Amino acid sequence: MSRRTHSALPVHITLAIGAALVLVPIIWTVAAGFRTQISLLMGDVLFTPIGSNFAEVLWSKTSDFLLNYRNSIIVGIASTLLCVVVATLAAFSLNRMRWPAWTVHLFLAWTMIFHMIPPVALASAWFTMARAVGLENTFTGLILAHATLNLPMAIWLMAVFVRDVPKELEEAAIMDGADTPHILWHVILPLITPGLAATSILTFIFSWNEFAVALTLTMKQTATVPVAIAKFAQDFEIQYTQMAASAALAMVPAILVLLVAQRYIVKGLTQGAVK
Amino acid sequence: MAAAQAQIQSSPRRPTQVFEDRGQRLWRWLTFSPALAMMLALSVLPIANLFLTSFQNITWADGQQVRTWVGLTHYQALFSDSLFGAGISNTLIFAFGAVAGQMVLGFAMALLCTKIVRGRVLYRAIFILPILIPGIVIGAIWKLMLNFDFGLVNKALGLVGILPHDWLGSPETALFSVIVVDIWHWTPFCFLLFLAGLESLPQDVFEAARMDGAGAWQELIYVTLPLMIPTIVVTFAFRLVLAFKVFDEVYLLTSGGPGTSTEVISFTLYQRFFTEDKAGYGSAMSVTVIFLVSLLLVVALSARRRTGATS
Repeated sequence: MSRRTHSALPVHITLAIGAALVLVPIIWTVAAGFRTQISLLMGDVLFTPIGSNFAEVLWSKTSDFLLNYRNSIIVGIASTLLCVVVATLAAFSLNRMRWPAWTVHLFLAWTMIFHMIPPVALASAWFTMARAVGLENTFTGLILAHATLNLPMAIWLMAVFVRDVPKELEEAAIMDGADTPHILWHVILPLITPGLAATSILTFIFSWNEFAVALTLTMKQTATVPVAIAKFAQDFEIQYTQMAASAALAMVPAILVLLVAQRYIVKGLTQGAVK
Repeated sequence: MAAAQAQIQSSPRRPTQVFEDRGQRLWRWLTFSPALAMMLALSVLPIANLFLTSFQNITWADGQQVRTWVGLTHYQALFSDSLFGAGISNTLIFAFGAVAGQMVLGFAMALLCTKIVRGRVLYRAIFILPILIPGIVIGAIWKLMLNFDFGLVNKALGLVGILPHDWLGSPETALFSVIVVDIWHWTPFCFLLFLAGLESLPQDVFEAARMDGAGAWQELIYVTLPLMIPTIVVTFAFRLVLAFKVFDEVYLLTSGGPGTSTEVISFTLYQRFFTEDKAGYGSAMSVTVIFLVSLLLVVALSARRRTGATS
């Protein structure tokens, strides 16, 4: 017992250093959003916070950041809905319906290969296809692309959650004469709701974060938040404090989700890989 | 991912129903076809398109696309393309360097976290944060942190007497810096998976080891690590796949430079397609990358089958 209390302090110190290494860059960047360019260059520890960087990023006539924010929310929600519905149906189908083994293997192997391909390799082909059907520079094109990019992960996750539903419940429902949509809606769905929430939250965050495809499929009017932030870095004279302010604004969904739904994120991130 | 396949594969077939009626057959197709259609239209079709384009040159005349057949020219050119070579070797260095660092640090932090009772949830919440932040924002954060003039890294190093260094601007440290940023970004992911793995280990084994008088190190090497091998293998594969795709941070931090020191394969592809507008050559490069990736997967799956290491 004494050994335990003895060794607890170094453990706590190491973990606290780890936490500081994670938090300090984030806090320092958010703080840089509240500085003047001169204060940042001088590197004063104490400074008077100003709101003009955020005001400039959000309300200035030359800035599209609010539009980008709205675009990211639209694309995130729409692609998440599409992706999760399609993935849940597929997970149910592959898990509980009588597909030949080779179909299941071939499909899952393909999703794995697809997941490993750098999205940049596909971006140009998607761009060509989108232009051929008149979907370039539209939300639809980007929504479809994001839903497809996240589909493999969503299918693997939902497959794990569907598999965890006891088969006996389904068999009992069949005995009672329930058909497939009834089983899916009244037996499976209520039991996989937490898994569905976890998958949806992760899919939304991944869509929110996605950059490479958004960069190639969007233009000024449809650009998402990461595309807007990348623009800062390419200016000849980088507006560092405004870049920091927009980076801080782009982190809001991540922080909100972490505060409200940490349980689901942990579930989503660990279930797919460990189980 | 590999686990998911194994799971579905091993789920026992329902013995009570030998045949399906027409309604079930219809629903079997209805539930699967959306996913199948999406994958066919948005992954198989574009890859087929890339394959076709990789044998062609695309030029523009009067707003019209002109495709000319060039055979294997693009593939031959790949062999002597120093950017492609640099892209592949930098991606390998980046992926293995970053993932190795993340695995070791993530494991250490997870192990430490299991030793404490109070505050575990708080630490977990803090460590998750970088996973959820957009890669491009991570790039922005570290572009500020590593800035030569005012970055916090040079300031902190100045306190211990190290002269300021242009971390992203000098060829010797650029790739190293990008690797460190990736370690910052993804160590939390390894931490999270390892913590979940460690928490699910059977406790009686550790009690038995302690009864036999095993020290902390012996317990780690002879009990914890062997039990954790499945989790370690899965985490490693998962991270490596993502590391091969790295693009966002590199785009913002260095844009492949200085010179070719941080030229990773995604960035090479991006430049061929969108900066230089060489669709044919870029397609050949993409097809080659996709081929190498599939090869890697086949090797990994067959190795897994042979050893039966996981699940």
